[in-house]
Amino acid sequence: MIRLPFAQLWHAAALALLLSQAPAALAQHVTAPAPTGSVQTNAPLPGQQGESVAVQADSDRATAVREANRTAAEYEHAAREAADAGGMPQLDFANPLTIAQVIWLFVIFGLLVFLAAHYLLPPVAEVLETRRARIASDLDAARDARAQAEAAEAGQRDSTARARAEAQASIAAATQAAQADAAKRAEALAERLNAQITEAETRIGAARDAAMGALREAATDAAAALVQRLAGIEDKAAVDAAVSRELSARNMGAA
Amino acid sequence: MAAEGKTIDALSQFELVPVLGPIGRAVGFSQSNAHMLLAVGLITLLFVYGMRHRALVPGRLQSAAEMLYEFVEGVVVGQVGHEGRRYFPFVFALFMFVLFGNMLGLLPYAFTYTSHIAVTFGLAFLVFVVTTVVALAIHGKKFFGYFFPEGAPLWLAPIIIPVEIVSYISRPVSLSIRLFANMVAGHVMLKVFATFIVLIGSLGAVGIFGAALPLAVNVALVGFEILVAFLQAYVFAILTSIYLHDAVHLH
Repeated sequence: MIRLPFAQLWHAAALALLLSQAPAALAQHVTAPAPTGSVQTNAPLPGQQGESVAVQADSDRATAVREANRTAAEYEHAAREAADAGGMPQLDFANPLTIAQVIWLFVIFGLLVFLAAHYLLPPVAEVLETRRARIASDLDAARDARAQAEAAEAGQRDSTARARAEAQASIAAATQAAQADAAKRAEALAERLNAQITEAETRIGAARDAAMGALREAATDAAAALVQRLAGIEDKAAVDAAVSRELSARNMGAA
Repeated sequence: MAAEGKTIDALSQFELVPVLGPIGRAVGFSQSNAHMLLAVGLITLLFVYGMRHRALVPGRLQSAAEMLYEFVEGVVVGQVGHEGRRYFPFVFALFMFVLFGNMLGLLPYAFTYTSHIAVTFGLAFLVFVVTTVVALAIHGKKFFGYFFPEGAPLWLAPIIIPVEIVSYISRPVSLSIRLFANMVAGHVMLKVFATFIVLIGSLGAVGIFGAALPLAVNVALVGFEILVAFLQAYVFAILTSIYLHDAVHLH
C-alpha cells in the first residue's frame, strides 16, 4: 500500500507556486516593453472623417499600451468596474488575484492537512482510544463482578438449601426416634397392662369358682336341711344331684 | 455598498481585494486567503485548545472536536473501509476547510472563499489528483481497467470507454460547481433580500412595516444557509470518500 508523504505534497505545492508565477512574470516583461512616457494618440479633429480608420488603429494601439501599463491597483479597479458592469467577480480570470487566491489556497490547505495529520488529529485518536479501552476494561470489571456476585449468590443458595436439608433430616430423624421410643414404651405399657388384666381375670375366675363352689355347698346344705325338716328324708346324694341340676338349669353351674 | 444608487448589487461581495498593504498586493494575498488562514487558525484552535485536557469525560469544546473527528471518520471508514484510514487526515482537512469557509462566510463582513469557483475547483482538482495518484499507486496499470468494466461486450468499448473517461474527468467539475453554486446562490439571495430591506425601509413609515417581510425571509435564509453550509461540506467529504473508495477498490 502507499503512504502519501506530506513532504512530497509540500514540494508539489511549492513547485506549483513557482510555476504559476513564472508565466505572469514573463507576460509582464513581454507585453510591457517600454512603459516610458505617455502615449500620444492622434485625437481626431472635428471634420476629419476620412481618417477614421487610421484613428481607430491608433486608438487600438493606445488601448493595448494602456493595458500593459496597468498596475495592480488599476487591475483592482478594473475588476470592480467589471463586476459593477454585471459580470461575476468569480469569473474574472483577468484579475491576478483570482489565480493568486488558488496558489495561496494550496499553501494554506496544505498547511491544514499537515497540521491535521500531525498535531490536530492524533490527540483526538489517543483520547478516543483511551476512552474505548477504559470503557471496555470497566465493562469487563463489571462483568467479572457480576459473575462473582452470581457465584456468591449461588453458593449461598446452595448452602442454605444444604442447611435446610440437614435440618429437615435431623428433624425427621429425631421425630422417628421419638416415635420409635414412644411406640416401644406404649408397647411395654400395653404388655404390662395385658399381663395385669390377665392376672386379674385369672384371679376373678378363681374367686368366682371358689364362690360358686361355696354357693353350691351352701345350697346343697340348705336343700338337705330343708328336705330333712320337711320330709324327714336324709338322702344327701339325691339332694346334691338336684341342686346340681337346678344350678346348671339356671346357668350357674360350676365353672 | 448594497444599495448604491438604489440598485441591487449582489455580486460585489465576491470581489477580491488585496489585504496586508503593499506586501499582500505584491504576493496577491486577498481577503479570501486571509479568511482561509483564519479558518485554519480556528480549526487549529478548536483542536488544540479543545483537546488541551485530553479528558476522559470531555467538556464542551472537546466534545465538539471529538464529534467532528468521529463524524468524518465515520464517513471515511464507512465509504472506503479500514484501509481508508490513511486518507482520513486529507478528507478531514477538506471537510473542516469547506465547513469553516461556509460558516465563516455567513458572518457579517466576512468573505466566503468557497463562493469562488477558482477555490472550489482548486480543491476538487486536488481531490482528483490525489484519488488518481492513489489509484495508480495501488493498482498500477490495472487502474485503466476502471474505464472498461470487466464482462462488458468488447464491441461496446468505443462507447463505454469515452463515457467512463468523461464521467471520471467531470468529477472535479461537478464537485466544484456544486459547492460554488450553492454558496453563491445563498449569498446572492441574502444580499438581494437585504437590499430589499434597505430599499423598502427607506420609504418612510409604511416602508418600515414593508421591510419586515424581506427581513423575515432573510432570517429564514440564514438558517437555511447554515444547513447548506454543513450539508455542502458533508457532500464534499463524502464524495471525496466515494472517489477514494473507487481509487482503492476500483468499483
